[in-house]
Amino acid sequence: MTEDRLGIVVAGSLTAGLEVKLDSSASVEDMAVGRYVVIEGQKSSLFGMITDISLDAANQQMAITPPNVSDPFIAEVVSGTAVFGKIKVRPELYMGSDAISLLDGPQPVKTVPSHYSKVRSATEADMERIFGAEGAKHFYVGNPLDMEIKVCLNLEEFVKRSNGVFGKSGTGKTFLTRILLSGIIQKDIATSLIFDMHSEYGWEGTSEHSKKVKGLKQLLQSKLAVFTLDEENARRRKVSADYIVEIGYDEIEPQDVEMLAQTLNLTQPACEAVYQFAREFGDGKWLASALALEGGEETRGLLDRLNIHESTYRNLRRGLDKLSRLPFLTGHARDNSVKRILEYLERGVSVVLEFGRYTDIVAYILVANLLTRRIYDRYRERTERAMGSDGVQPQPLVITIEEAHKFLNPQVANQTIFGTIAREMRKYNVTLLVVDQRPSGIDEEVMSQFGTKATYLLDNERDVDNVLMGVSGKSELRTVISKLENKQQTLIFGHALPLPVVIKTREYGSAESYQEFGFADAAALKRKAEQDKEELW
Amino acid sequence: MSDKLGEVIEASTAEFTAECYELYSAPALGSLVKTSDGDVQIYGVVYNTTTESMDPGRRPIARGKHEKDASDIYRSSPQLSVLFRTNFQALVIGHKITDDVNRYLPPRPARIHSFVCELDEGEIKDFMLSLDFLYILASTPIVGSNDEVVAACLRNVSKVQDDSRAFLLKAGKELAVLLSAEPHRLEAILRRIRP
Ligand SMILES: Nc1ncnc2c1ncn2[C@@H]1O[C@H](COP(=O)(O)OP(=O)(O)OP(=O)(O)O)[C@@H](O)[C@H]1O
Ligand SMILES: [Mg+2]
Repeated sequence: MTEDRLGIVVAGSLTAGLEVKLDSSASVEDMAVGRYVVIEGQKSSLFGMITDISLDAANQQMAITPPNVSDPFIAEVVSGTAVFGKIKVRPELYMGSDAISLLDGPQPVKTVPSHYSKVRSATEADMERIFGAEGAKHFYVGNPLDMEIKVCLNLEEFVKRSNGVFGKSGTGKTFLTRILLSGIIQKDIATSLIFDMHSEYGWEGTSEHSKKVKGLKQLLQSKLAVFTLDEENARRRKVSADYIVEIGYDEIEPQDVEMLAQTLNLTQPACEAVYQFAREFGDGKWLASALALEGGEETRGLLDRLNIHESTYRNLRRGLDKLSRLPFLTGHARDNSVKRILEYLERGVSVVLEFGRYTDIVAYILVANLLTRRIYDRYRERTERAMGSDGVQPQPLVITIEEAHKFLNPQVANQTIFGTIAREMRKYNVTLLVVDQRPSGIDEEVMSQFGTKATYLLDNERDVDNVLMGVSGKSELRTVISKLENKQQTLIFGHALPLPVVIKTREYGSAESYQEFGFADAAALKRKAEQDKEELW
Repeated sequence: MSDKLGEVIEASTAEFTAECYELYSAPALGSLVKTSDGDVQIYGVVYNTTTESMDPGRRPIARGKHEKDASDIYRSSPQLSVLFRTNFQALVIGHKITDDVNRYLPPRPARIHSFVCELDEGEIKDFMLSLDFLYILASTPIVGSNDEVVAACLRNVSKVQDDSRAFLLKAGKELAVLLSAEPHRLEAILRRIRP
């Protein structure tokens, strides 16, 4: 393998990375940060990522009095000799060459290769050895730069922790999330509850190219149900929703309102007043009762008794009125939505909850918090019961949430159910899959708990900082992130894969891609349906 | 030895001087020549050629005032060609013991009266498989300019290479490493050898 030799190791350290002098045959212009190389030591090889590329000269004189490189011969002679390119390589994995270490597979790096070890580009065979092949737990998510091979995530590891997908707007977060969910659900690794603020997961999503892409329902069929808060909108989009979600006043707890303090402009005393009302009227009835207050003598008497200031009440009332205008909130819900969602989840059917026209952040925060808290309680109960009696644990649940900073920002992360789930890992078989374009808004501690993170291009330093929270070799990865392309290129790192790697996300949206994901086309579906019917009779 | 050009009249470890059998028949500047110490073949690069009077006490005088052409002088005074001699000096750059070609100095210098002849194409190609000799050629102090000799030598030997550009490129890269602290020298040589 001398043809793809790039150069030799000339300096470096385990923590700061290795410096590699490029041979004259390897042009700096062919290098790219994020790409992988193999360093062939005497006893082992190391796998590493290119994190920086630089120019250097054997002697200072070369920079002070450059030779006449307009002559192509002279230019060719000096490149790689008197002047040369250098790459910085971050060692990631160690691969012994004896039989035992071959069996053990790649190991963490504990030392550096000796001086002048040869460095070559990683071949597809190398990459395959590390990123594994598709299988029952391994799911193909994309390809390394300029390579045909598949990078696979270990989904079982993935759902053990909360995870995040980050990147600025329009880079591909929603596409990747859809891809990840399709793998998780299809392979029965976990069920998911997806809070679908923009109605792009369930039935169909939009793409800048082909306008419409298929949603998860079309791919996962009976493994996924679409719930909606907005029946009319679903009907207009010709989405056959499996269930229309309504939320009764009696389901709203004081903490749900407290969570909305910022969005509803509620003052601190107003939040406290909510708890006072709850004590006064009873847990299930407080909202209905508070909304029914007419404002006459009676109300004044009540406020005096509870020691609630008039202005506080007015502040609270404005907020509650705004809440009550959400059409899916009703005094008398037809059914218990939480129960219904749980039923589906317990049958192993994932649920997409579409918000339809209610893309207002108030609705999103309210519903996501309320449902998640109830569902989480239920999972905790079941898990604890299972632990007590050696019974079966519930199937893991992944709660997918966009605009995650609304739930996990430093002001609220300590109080919200989402903060709790993120910190607990999978104690109760519930984890998060958060999607956000402003990761700097997410609490640092929560961020460092995430198991696997995928980040697309971010152009804000603080966002990058926060995504890399708790990651070693931060500064090198920072360069890699800043050099990602605008779309569909992501750095993915963490527990679910052996190495950080930049990938071009697997294609989603073309006819071939659907086939690869296992979408059945309409004709095949019909045949299947008929077959099922026949079998039934 | 076939095609012998002359024989060694003065020798040291690092270089030797040969006298040509024929006046003015020294090999070109930068040519590869070989001689021996009996067992070992010694390779050198011609770096200087002189023609002088046989008798140091008798200096030539001008003779052509009435001749039309300079060559007529030799025709009308045939004794002249035996009054002068042509010597050339070669810098030792390697040697061959049995079949091993080494690009460093031999254990002993050439013997006086050893024959000297040019390397044939095969021998040149063989020797040029490695360019380690450039170090000696570029850094040993000699009469005249090392850089001129390096350039002349590379130009000469490139002619027998199958791919002369590739050869010159390789040699250039070797020099770029050797002379990275002296970019002016490097560039001067490169200009003289560029294909
Ligand atoms: N894996 C992919 N396959 C095909 N197209 C993709 C893929 N990833 C991204 N794209 C393209 O990039 C566009 C933006 O992707 P996406 O909608 O996922 O962005 P986003 O990061 O969720 O943006 P926003 O923050 O605005 O929601 C898509 O419309 C699509 O055209
Ligand atoms: Mg999106």
